[in-house]
Amino acid sequence: MKKLLALVLALAMTLGMASAVADGIKIATIGPLTGPYAIYGQNVANALLIAAEEVNALGGVQFEVLEAQDDQGDPTLAVNAYNALMDQGLQMLAGTVTSGACIAVGAEAFNDRVFCLTPSASNDLVTADKDNMFQICFTDSNQGRASAQYIATYGLATKVGVIYNNAIDYSMGIRNTFVAEAAELGLEVVAEATFSDDNAPDFSVQVDAMKQAGAELVFLPIYYTPAANILARAKAVEYAPIFFGVDGMDGILTMEGFDTSLAEGVMLLTPFSADSTEPRTAAFVAKYQELYNDIPNQFAADAYDAVYVLADLCTKAGVTAEDSYDAICEKLIAAITAEDFHYDGITGDMQWATDGTVNKLPQAVTIVDGAYKLN
Amino acid sequence: MVSFLSHLFNGISLGSVYAIIALGYSMVYGIAKMLNFAHGDVIMVGAYVCFSALQYWHLPPIVGVLISIVLCTVLGMLIERLAYKPLRQSTSLAVLITAIGVSYLLQNLALLIWGANNKVFTSIVPFDALRLFGGELVISGESIATVVCGVAIMIGLNAFVRRTKMGKSMRAVSEDKNAAELMGINVNRTISMTFAIGSALAAVAGVLLCSTYPTLTPTTGSMPGIKAFTAAVFGGIGSIPGAMLGGVLLGVIEILGKAYISTELGDALVFAVLIIVLLFKPSGLLGKPVREKV
Repeated sequence: MKKLLALVLALAMTLGMASAVADGIKIATIGPLTGPYAIYGQNVANALLIAAEEVNALGGVQFEVLEAQDDQGDPTLAVNAYNALMDQGLQMLAGTVTSGACIAVGAEAFNDRVFCLTPSASNDLVTADKDNMFQICFTDSNQGRASAQYIATYGLATKVGVIYNNAIDYSMGIRNTFVAEAAELGLEVVAEATFSDDNAPDFSVQVDAMKQAGAELVFLPIYYTPAANILARAKAVEYAPIFFGVDGMDGILTMEGFDTSLAEGVMLLTPFSADSTEPRTAAFVAKYQELYNDIPNQFAADAYDAVYVLADLCTKAGVTAEDSYDAICEKLIAAITAEDFHYDGITGDMQWATDGTVNKLPQAVTIVDGAYKLN
Repeated sequence: MVSFLSHLFNGISLGSVYAIIALGYSMVYGIAKMLNFAHGDVIMVGAYVCFSALQYWHLPPIVGVLISIVLCTVLGMLIERLAYKPLRQSTSLAVLITAIGVSYLLQNLALLIWGANNKVFTSIVPFDALRLFGGELVISGESIATVVCGVAIMIGLNAFVRRTKMGKSMRAVSEDKNAAELMGINVNRTISMTFAIGSALAAVAGVLLCSTYPTLTPTTGSMPGIKAFTAAVFGGIGSIPGAMLGGVLLGVIEILGKAYISTELGDALVFAVLIIVLLFKPSGLLGKPVREKV
């Protein structure tokens, strides 16, 4: 009996080993799958699976997607998650999703020499001084600058107000470059108000400050949870400026129970609109809706592009599943920073600088009848 | 001037929510001599239940509120029966830790049932905003409803405690549990009743809170819960008018502090006030003169 058991065990182990060899390059993401920013992590994790399946079906580079790790947007949990993935043999990281976590994980990945392509961590520090870290999304400073330029170019307003969260790097980073660029372009920042907790319910003081100062446009470099409270408050006191958000605003329409009329006319800087008729985008949105019964947001689109970029890079650099993660890292860095490398994805035609930041055209959408409309 | 009035009214409105929550803390403390830290999370459950009634079952708002009150009442009594009653003879520390455990349990159950994505609560207040000074000062319908509810609940609760038989037994239990038992008062039923009333109030507070500030998450109740606890201590824990006064003052201090001192220091000011009051008047604003504790 014991012999039989040993035999079965040995057989199982051999089979297990065999399947590990047959699998593809191990990729994964780390992001908030629960908690206040859950929608971002879930979108990235879902899109990653969709894109990897498509890439595998093409027959070229093969990916094995490890189970997405939940960090709730917290740097400490993210580092734990990263270590767990490394134990599972991670070869490249498509993450992490949020900036604070990405800065923490980035430091580890830089030391370990693991190639990272984050779909959505947009803080400037994410890529700073790390040659192995690349972004699909704009950096915060570029988002702030691009927003100010957009507002000035289209003459949306001359008196602008800003409400931002001064406890998170993301919001501070965008606010700083926005205000600097606004001054250059002759936009007058008439009021600024801050808060320090995304779950704080009361925004009466901040919204009143905007109203009193007569801001025609309120720039919201914040996440959608506080933004929903701000919009509700503005409606309650009958204040209707143009609200202009950035990528953190993405997701506001999918909050259950959200009165989409509150967001009517809200503009946001995003490279992706789910109702686009561009064939690749439409196909992706349809597949996402079919599988997850939800409309993907910009984070999903960024993650979708990230997988294709990784596949393209692996093909160009000749990376195989047998390569070690540090060897892969050096190959991919050389490939992504190559002069002629670019990838035309659903979020735009992207090229990367050696500092890890992406170069693509900024776009803005307006929310009309509860849906994004590309401007 | 207009902006000051606007801030003041926002403060009173926020304070009224704190006051309704504080009443629950205060009553339970007065009668069971325990700090029910899960109280804030009952608020969250109340808001979620009302949200579900409106969003999924498409019931009229008033029915949603009633369902929420009934379920929270049952939940409050259940928590008392299962978690606190077996510990009635234990140290107060054991009860306190249990209350914190119940708080986490409720938050995680909500996460399990309603999921991680934030919900947005649709206001159930049917009337429009009030416009004063030619539209300069707009007071939202939700603010008015909150203040009116707060005052009505305080008056109602005061009358209940003073005039009814159950109220009388509550006062008796709060003064001396053992003596009350000897006089033939059913202490267990009285405490259970206190939890029922406190939790029903929590449901009302949850609906009002989320009507004004619509985002609903499993942790929605934590911060208002802690602030309401502060309000209860500030006003004199155990005293009904004290909880009301403490709540309203705290709301006004928070909003005015945010408006005129610093938006980041709003919360810090609230707790600084608590420390100052405790230094100079340890029993709270109305704690000393009103001896009876309900």
